[in-house]
Amino acid sequence: MSPPRVIIRNHSAEANLFARRTFIAFVGVLLLLLILFSNLYSLQVDSFEKYQTRSNSNRIKLLPVAPNRGLIYDRNGIILADNKPVYSLAVIPEEVENLEANIKAISKLLDISADRQEMFFKAAKGKRRFKQIELQPRLSEQQVALFSVNQQKFPGVFVDARLKRHYPFGKLTTHNLGYVARINQKDANKLKQQGKFENYAATHGIGKLGIEKYYEELLHGTIGHQEVEINNQGRIIRTLNYTSPVQGQDLTLTLDIELQMIAKRALSGKRGAVVAMNPRTGGILAMYSNPSYDGNLFVHGISSKEYKKLLSSKGLPLINRSVQGYPPASTVKPFLALTGLEEQVITANTKIWDPGWYQLEGLPNKYRDWKKWGHGWVNLTKAIEQSCNIYFFDLAFKLGITKISTMMERFGFGDYTGIDIHEESRAIMPSVAWKRDRYNKPWYTGETLSVGIGQSYWTVTPLQLTQAVTTLVNHGERKVPHFLKATKNIAINKRDASQSTLEEVIYEEQAPLVLKQAKHWDIVLEAMHNTVQKFGATAYAPFKGSKYDAAGKTGSAQVARIKQNEEYDAKSTQENQRDNAMFIAFAPFKNPEVVVAVAIENVAKGGGATNAGPVARQIMDQYFGNRVITSSMDNSSNQLNAKTQQHMHQSHFQESD
Amino acid sequence: MRSSGKDQQKTYNIWKKLHIDLPLLLGILSLMVLGLFIVFSAGGQNMDIVYRQAIRLGVAIVVMLAIAQIPPLSYRKWAVPVFVIGLLMLVAVLLFGHVGKGAQRWLDLGFMKFQPSEIMKLIVPIMIASFISQYNLPVKISTIMWAVILVLIPTLLIANQPDLGTSILIASSGIFVLFLAGASWRLIGVFVGLGTAFAPLLWMFLMKDYQRQRVMTFLNPEQDPLGSGYHIIQSKIAIGSGGIDGKGWLQGTQSQLEFLPEPHTDFIFAVFSEEFGLIGVGFLLAVYLFIIMRGLWIAVNAQHAFTKLLAGSITLTFFVYVFVNIGMVSGLLPVVGVPLPLVSYGGTSMVTLLAGFGMLMAISTHRRFHT
Repeated sequence: MSPPRVIIRNHSAEANLFARRTFIAFVGVLLLLLILFSNLYSLQVDSFEKYQTRSNSNRIKLLPVAPNRGLIYDRNGIILADNKPVYSLAVIPEEVENLEANIKAISKLLDISADRQEMFFKAAKGKRRFKQIELQPRLSEQQVALFSVNQQKFPGVFVDARLKRHYPFGKLTTHNLGYVARINQKDANKLKQQGKFENYAATHGIGKLGIEKYYEELLHGTIGHQEVEINNQGRIIRTLNYTSPVQGQDLTLTLDIELQMIAKRALSGKRGAVVAMNPRTGGILAMYSNPSYDGNLFVHGISSKEYKKLLSSKGLPLINRSVQGYPPASTVKPFLALTGLEEQVITANTKIWDPGWYQLEGLPNKYRDWKKWGHGWVNLTKAIEQSCNIYFFDLAFKLGITKISTMMERFGFGDYTGIDIHEESRAIMPSVAWKRDRYNKPWYTGETLSVGIGQSYWTVTPLQLTQAVTTLVNHGERKVPHFLKATKNIAINKRDASQSTLEEVIYEEQAPLVLKQAKHWDIVLEAMHNTVQKFGATAYAPFKGSKYDAAGKTGSAQVARIKQNEEYDAKSTQENQRDNAMFIAFAPFKNPEVVVAVAIENVAKGGGATNAGPVARQIMDQYFGNRVITSSMDNSSNQLNAKTQQHMHQSHFQESD
Repeated sequence: MRSSGKDQQKTYNIWKKLHIDLPLLLGILSLMVLGLFIVFSAGGQNMDIVYRQAIRLGVAIVVMLAIAQIPPLSYRKWAVPVFVIGLLMLVAVLLFGHVGKGAQRWLDLGFMKFQPSEIMKLIVPIMIASFISQYNLPVKISTIMWAVILVLIPTLLIANQPDLGTSILIASSGIFVLFLAGASWRLIGVFVGLGTAFAPLLWMFLMKDYQRQRVMTFLNPEQDPLGSGYHIIQSKIAIGSGGIDGKGWLQGTQSQLEFLPEPHTDFIFAVFSEEFGLIGVGFLLAVYLFIIMRGLWIAVNAQHAFTKLLAGSITLTFFVYVFVNIGMVSGLLPVVGVPLPLVSYGGTSMVTLLAGFGMLMAISTHRRFHT
């Protein structure tokens, strides 16, 4: 595509050529216009009578009928998202004599505000007169009753019932379920692009967040049509044919609403999140982020005042903290220890001396342990039990950032877990390349040390932690976290018996994380077991006296930067600069059934063990109840299934999203 | 007599100084005014829609007049970088657009939503015209090959979105430049042949189910009269029942009783034909023809190969809008989402369309000061 070497142009020849071509194009335009015109001529003149007749007899109209949205249940069949009838007062102006006087009268009867009336009259001006217009949305029960008694006085005015989404548990489930709200222009454009717009012709709401959004396609269903005959005013005379809509599929989640309640109670008054998951399936048992907000607000259209209040609320309730990044702090030490074993920079018996600080050769910075006077001689197990920073500074230094980040990425840090909601963050697994991309700066060894105790740029979401612990307890078998347990199709037979089939969702198996030596798993898991079970270990207190055999790890993340030789004191530090408390746990130690991750922001005093540990304890206490824990497989999940399996058969399900 | 002649000369110069091409402006304005009346009728006689459309038209006219102030030869400087940026944005849409994880905001510039494919409607003809006008006319085969590649990349990217209407418009804008630049007839024959051969492949592999459905519906609308053929049948009934003199403004039963799909956007021509009949249709087509003639006149009289090609391409692409929309509404072509230019309600395409007319005006009025 090099430019021409010599520019000698014959301008008049070019102009002639161009004029010739333009003329040909113009003739083409004329010809095509002629074709258009003659076609229109044949429609409007030759076939005029045919089409006029068809137009006059055009009395059959297709009205779209919206399908009912699928319901959402928790794992025990408790309803989490319901469709509730909402009544509104509607008017067909054409059928009302003396519109203004009648509207005034009924407004007085039902106490309808002047604003509403004004809005109605404005709308009535625009629309065709035979179309119904809403006068008052969301009638109270008294209003409905009052109107029913007086209905005969107001021809053309009627109560219109419509199903709207309702979340009986409000705040408790919003971050998981998301919510349904009005289809806006952006949604409409997207639907058009996907060729689904016609299926939404009668639908008012669409999933905007969470599960409602992720499984929109399953939940929505298929539109139906009502074929009606209308008169020349457009009024419906009779229904000729009715194709009923196919309602959306009901979803059964892995979520246990009672466990979710405990999670909420455990987090009350705190900012943070908790995730509990079944490590055998990846099914989420509870996932709660506090503070939360009520999704029902959005279903009816949130006022801008209420929305601003949510936006500016100090606790940032709109954020789903379960899938937002936090510095993981010491909770990642088991994973780092595993990396050390795998890369053979340490063995289970490697010991180092901890004087209370760590210093890189030739550098003035001193990296401090949380215990001022140090832990003395420390091996891997003790390092995890006591959460010894010095051991992990040394380990991180020996490993270097690249080996650390490579292994951590294999555990899923820094990437989407693949959970079935769209809101999750990848958080950050720092690496040399990442820092170059992000800050255009080289990686410093000092930063590697910070990474060794889960600080520096490293952030993980509570969900990622849950997933990583699951991989750990499964000895490398990876699970994708998910909410969806089963879907229910309702097929209506000709013989009116509606048959429902519950289809258990089968999730694809993940490629396992294979270690060079399988015994490394157990070394680390044992250490986590000790951390909880051994008197004097960092996580001993929260699980003291539990009936089940738990294992875990604490973490306290610095949020404020602490200067050389300065000491952290929660009282003198601003609230939003205080430490975050983290905790990961699983139980029973043999054949775990539940994995929990907790993150709590800016705690007043103490760290992971005192603030986040008790949250994990409450979740597990609820989960295990008074159950005697044996090590047999699958006793809990089969119990639940047995209840509902009478009417269902299991079959395979390919995820469509 | 002499003084009035001088006055006329003076007013003519004022338009020239403002870089406004009066005949073109009058043609555009008359279609817009007509459009507002039909939008009122088709949109359920809702004044809000008319106001919104009027505001949009106002903005588009300002854009047109602003673009008319820029000397047209200076476009060439920007052609390559803007073309490359446009392509990158299309690739971004392809890669991240439907993943949906926060990446769509990338194209949401906050104050406006940004459709890269709209920009490409203007950039492709500029790019091709600028590329070809470096060489002597008629264009050589090698140049054409490069140009075809340059057109094909954005076309396929957009067709993949999928946005068949826009990709047709972009492909034609590039092809028109090549045609006007004197591509040999033999080559044109070869391309037509290739296109025909390619059609079955397109059908089998590239088209989405719903697009195939549309073509099937087009071929035989009566096959499923209450299903997908419904729209096109209702549209033809609307046009045909309009007769010679129409049912009168606001009197069209097909549109007023809501038998027509999207009456104020893509199917607005059916509303117009029903209410104003063949006489109205003749008038509308005449105004379109007038605008096209004026555009071609500007092209022929432009003084540089680049501006000639660009003006010609813009004008002919405008005609494609008209032809495809009326063709689809009256059942000659399958349904592709192309609005009736300057008349249909809304659409991001209105601004792009008038930006194109702004370029035509620039080409027509900057002639004497070319750089």
